[in-house]
Amino acid sequence: MDVVLNSGDTAWVLASSALVLLMTPGLAFFYGGMVRTKSVLNMMMMSFITIGIVSVLWVAYGYNWAFGSSADSPWIGGWGLSGLGSAVESFTNNGGIYPIPTLVFSSFQLMFAIITPALISGAIADRTKFTSWAIFVAVWASLVYFPVAHWVFDFGDKVGEKLIGVGYLAGKGVLDFAGGTAVHINAGAAGLALALILGKRHGWRRDPMRPHSLPLVLLGSGLLWFGWFGFNAGSALGANGLAGLALINTQVATGAALIGWLLVEKIRDGHATSLGAASGAVAGLVAVTPACAFVAPWAAVVLGFIAGIVCALAVGLKYKFGFDDSLDVVGVHLVGGIWGCLSIGFFATKSVNSIGGTGLLYGGGLDLLKTQAFGAFFVLAYSFIATLIIGFIINKTIGFRVSQEAEITGIDLAEHRETAYELFNSSRGGTTV
Amino acid sequence: MKLITAILKPFKLDDVKSSLQALGVNGMTVSEASGFGRQRGHTEVYRGAEYTVDLVPKVRLEVIVDDADVESVVGAIVKAANTGSIGDGKVWVTSIEQIVRVRTGERGTEAI
Repeated sequence: MDVVLNSGDTAWVLASSALVLLMTPGLAFFYGGMVRTKSVLNMMMMSFITIGIVSVLWVAYGYNWAFGSSADSPWIGGWGLSGLGSAVESFTNNGGIYPIPTLVFSSFQLMFAIITPALISGAIADRTKFTSWAIFVAVWASLVYFPVAHWVFDFGDKVGEKLIGVGYLAGKGVLDFAGGTAVHINAGAAGLALALILGKRHGWRRDPMRPHSLPLVLLGSGLLWFGWFGFNAGSALGANGLAGLALINTQVATGAALIGWLLVEKIRDGHATSLGAASGAVAGLVAVTPACAFVAPWAAVVLGFIAGIVCALAVGLKYKFGFDDSLDVVGVHLVGGIWGCLSIGFFATKSVNSIGGTGLLYGGGLDLLKTQAFGAFFVLAYSFIATLIIGFIINKTIGFRVSQEAEITGIDLAEHRETAYELFNSSRGGTTV
Repeated sequence: MKLITAILKPFKLDDVKSSLQALGVNGMTVSEASGFGRQRGHTEVYRGAEYTVDLVPKVRLEVIVDDADVESVVGAIVKAANTGSIGDGKVWVTSIEQIVRVRTGERGTEAI
């Protein structure tokens, strides 16, 4: 039975698309506040350029590669160009179960394709050549994000009574409501790979690299939190109870994670910090993303609280292993994403979502947990290896890092001929027109 | 003619300024400074990583006075800036060879 177009559902997904877009500028503030004064603009530009590049690729071929069905393949939607113009009058896709126009679905999914590469930039702060980053974004979105989005998010298109082009992991029964695998594990594993390819910043662990503006970090985390309601509740692809469940779970898991992170800091370091509050909130948002419409709100509180604690401890790993994941993409997105995916194997229940699953705590046994672990590992491995190869090639050909001099004097000035702040009045000069 | 330079805790600046104004001092220069003495720095913790901040924010206050006023001005600064805890700062006095007021060209004590 085909569903009919519904204006309420369509309106919510349209609004959600705008909400998810706002997350990328939010991320720019979140990351920008955490770097030093001399590199804040470059940090924010890495997010903004991603908005530009991925939007263009999406129309060209990105949507088709991710969500087309012509290839009828679990690995790729369809080869060839999207164009998208022919989709104006078409609605319902992914098996004809969503009562929204194809272009609205496409717009919503575009915003996910934008923020995922942007998340990676935190791993390589202060030292990345801007043009190399732009090229990396285009290549990574094409070879990693678009296919992985197909594996996870494409539930097929209905042709007659048959579903064609169901994604590999979706077909395996991996539950990922809004992108724990495709977005967070994917970006986290890629961040780890790039941090290894680019190497440490000069002076890492010797010079202080304190966040230059914690208010910007808090502003960014607030914008992320706000936009995340579109990310998670919008993923219901309709204005319904499932969207409501996703929304309340997103809220309570994030609150609990914020508390969890601060408790770790208070006990371990003696002080609850503002950076900890912002980071704990994001860790909770990440962890609840795959689980938000499969678990009951009490479980969202538990999984969020655990996420805050685990991620607060995980951000110290880079010092143990000696890799400069500058803004903790691994500690927050990879670790939080893995935990969120696995948590479904414990907490999922069909009493809240009949198309979900039954986890260990509801008597479902280990099957779902195994499936979730497989999905998480599969995306992690593909993203890590593919990113190592892409990063290696870029590094060997055009170079991925700025010169040592540019890095030390400040990447904002070297790469963009701008500085974020007028720190001394004496820096004023004349103009030449 | 002497130049009195004082390094102070920033929150003490207002107290020092008003006590000098009460003494009739009619000019001073204040700038932001950073540095350390016996106080050393402090530590800050970001996502569990500890950083030592060596250079502590201070203000630097400079006043030019006639030789006769040196003791009273130095005394007023020390009294107003004292909190009794480490890091209160320092005051030192240096001799000045010549002073010129830019507007009028007056020199020496006339220009103070």
